[in-house]
Amino acid sequence: MGIASALFNIIVFPGFLFLGVMGLILEYLDRILYARFQNRQGPPFYQPLADFIKLTAKEEIIPEEADRRVFKFMPIIALTAATTAFFYIPMWGTSALFSFTGDVIVVLYLLTIPTVSFFLGGWSSTSMYASIGAVRTLTQLFSYEVLLFLGILSPMLLADTWSLSESTIYYQHHPVMMLLNIAAFAISMIALLGKLEKVPFDIAEAETEIVGGSFTEYTGRLLALFRMAIDVEMVVGASLIAAVFLPFGLMLNPVVAFILYLIKVCIIVFLLSLFRTLFARLRIDQMVSVCWKYFAPLALAQILFVMIVKGVFL
Amino acid sequence: MAIVKIPIGPQHPALKEPESFLISLDGERIQEVGMRLGYNHRGIEKAAEGRTYIQNIYLLERVCGICSHSHSTAFIQAVEEVAGIELSRRAKYIRTIMGELERIHSHLLWLGVAGHEVGFDTLLMYSWRDREIVMDLLAMISGNRVNYGMNTFGGVRRDIDKQKQQDILTAVDALEERTKYYAKVATEEITLIKRLSGVGYISKEDVYRLGTVGPTGRASGMPRDTRKDDPYAAYDEVDFNVITDNHCDVYGRTLVRVGELMETYKIIRQLIKNMPDGEIAVKFPRRVPAGEATSRYEAPRGEDVHYVKGNGTDKPERVKLRAPTLANLQSVSKMLEDNNLADVPITIAAIDPCFSCTDRMIRIVDNSKGSANTTDWETLRKKGIEWYRNEKGIDFTDLNKKYANIRKVD
Repeated sequence: MGIASALFNIIVFPGFLFLGVMGLILEYLDRILYARFQNRQGPPFYQPLADFIKLTAKEEIIPEEADRRVFKFMPIIALTAATTAFFYIPMWGTSALFSFTGDVIVVLYLLTIPTVSFFLGGWSSTSMYASIGAVRTLTQLFSYEVLLFLGILSPMLLADTWSLSESTIYYQHHPVMMLLNIAAFAISMIALLGKLEKVPFDIAEAETEIVGGSFTEYTGRLLALFRMAIDVEMVVGASLIAAVFLPFGLMLNPVVAFILYLIKVCIIVFLLSLFRTLFARLRIDQMVSVCWKYFAPLALAQILFVMIVKGVFL
Repeated sequence: MAIVKIPIGPQHPALKEPESFLISLDGERIQEVGMRLGYNHRGIEKAAEGRTYIQNIYLLERVCGICSHSHSTAFIQAVEEVAGIELSRRAKYIRTIMGELERIHSHLLWLGVAGHEVGFDTLLMYSWRDREIVMDLLAMISGNRVNYGMNTFGGVRRDIDKQKQQDILTAVDALEERTKYYAKVATEEITLIKRLSGVGYISKEDVYRLGTVGPTGRASGMPRDTRKDDPYAAYDEVDFNVITDNHCDVYGRTLVRVGELMETYKIIRQLIKNMPDGEIAVKFPRRVPAGEATSRYEAPRGEDVHYVKGNGTDKPERVKLRAPTLANLQSVSKMLEDNNLADVPITIAAIDPCFSCTDRMIRIVDNSKGSANTTDWETLRKKGIEWYRNEKGIDFTDLNKKYANIRKVD
């Protein structure tokens, strides 16, 4: 692959530019759906972009006590990690831009990095609210991360592969098998809610308790980058779930497959907004206990089920 | 993590008014709560002494934005008692209707705030949308959404005619239906129940010991309601229940408020059905005779107490008021003991606090000498002028002279 096409891939498509636009569109979709569910008018379509531009134009304030390097570096790390993960996910074909055996693990780890950078950013800003938010971010990580791993593991086991692209090929040939992963799909959606820090799992940035959580001290460009990282994370998370759990129609004409991909992502965002509307924010101890008491055993049961099906029938 | 101190307030997204709670945390557990009042003292009592009774109605109506009718009624009742004036029955009925409509809007507002504090914004949006029904109703009757200006000495200033009565009944039907829905949400929505039950516990004994009032006290099984215990206005002519609950937590307080809404609809229907004919106001003297009176009023947040002392002129000698939040603040630190940080906003919000209504007087306590003295108006004024002159370089006396000169020229 030439350098020019690699640069094009990184910067324009499906790199930063595409992901950025997609992230803003999904943020708008999420916000307007949330508003309509709540009987509100909601923002105009350009609102996420306007917010982004406004934030980048604002003054950047770094607390005196903060570790300047870590504080400034973390938003960039979060954004790049989330963007990199996108290259390994097959979206509108059966193969991703890059793929190798074990790429699913790389994607999951790359998706963990933004969360860790939220923690480091919050912790390094030394504000009380940010520190508590940072500790909560980590506590939350331990409750949903395992769920996400277990949730993604089940379809991979069924397809007998460690590569996202290979798993999509498997499901193209055995479409009925997708139906066996419904519980894993539900669990991954819940874990994604936690990853994106949305209600009922927005404990780490609970506005009424700890102001802005990890992001309390962030302003201007840095905050804009963090918010963009969350948007991109939403695109990547939704694409991952679409690729793993809804891998139908990938053999079709690329244009049709692309439209189908957009529809899948929109459905996932719709479900996320719906959950956000329906529930109150849980307390951190409640979240940990709910995740480990109910969802983790369910995920394990799903894996057991898949293994039995695989051993007996295939 | 070591013990950290986290400030909730004076400026914080969870608080709608300035108040300081300094919370010592061990991880997520609360160890200790330090509370400081007085960030929004407005000197209303002192200002009331410098104004005539008529002006004071409007001043005291502005003690609170939400329970404005409560404060003005409590004050007027005290003055009427000093003057020995008896109201017409129709005026009493209209006052009661306004008071109950105010209770609806206050409780619906609280429901939304409670939803927001536990991160359930959908409840906030829904209940505040439905609150618009009663706000429109209040605007239709009085011309204002808050600070209605309905009360005057000897009666009320606006009548509620047949058409308006019909509008009220229609609106109450709609509100009742919505309230039933919220009662269903509060008792069935699992994350909401998880966040509310067991939070901010205060026992029945503590409620009596700390002098808690209003829905907060009633949610801990204290059957106290001024409307029932010491009926004023038209409350002795209507039939209603005092809602109590034995959960003793925020969940109980939610149930009590929703239950009270249902009782309020009942009261309004009875009042409109039995509305007597007659004058809405009787003549009231400009000068109020010497004498003193205390008046109690069940505001949406609890018992509101006003004390008025007249000296035979057209200005009161002393006005003292105790907003319900002051009575309830004592219990907040008790409620917060051994809770989670996440429960702080909802526990504070559960007493339906109104901090600016509460802040009352300045009392300077010198810890080294152990002395305490209350600053009077004149000293406070001098101190303020000097502080600005020395610290900020602004001289208000000069400015005032300048303004006086400008006015003369005009």
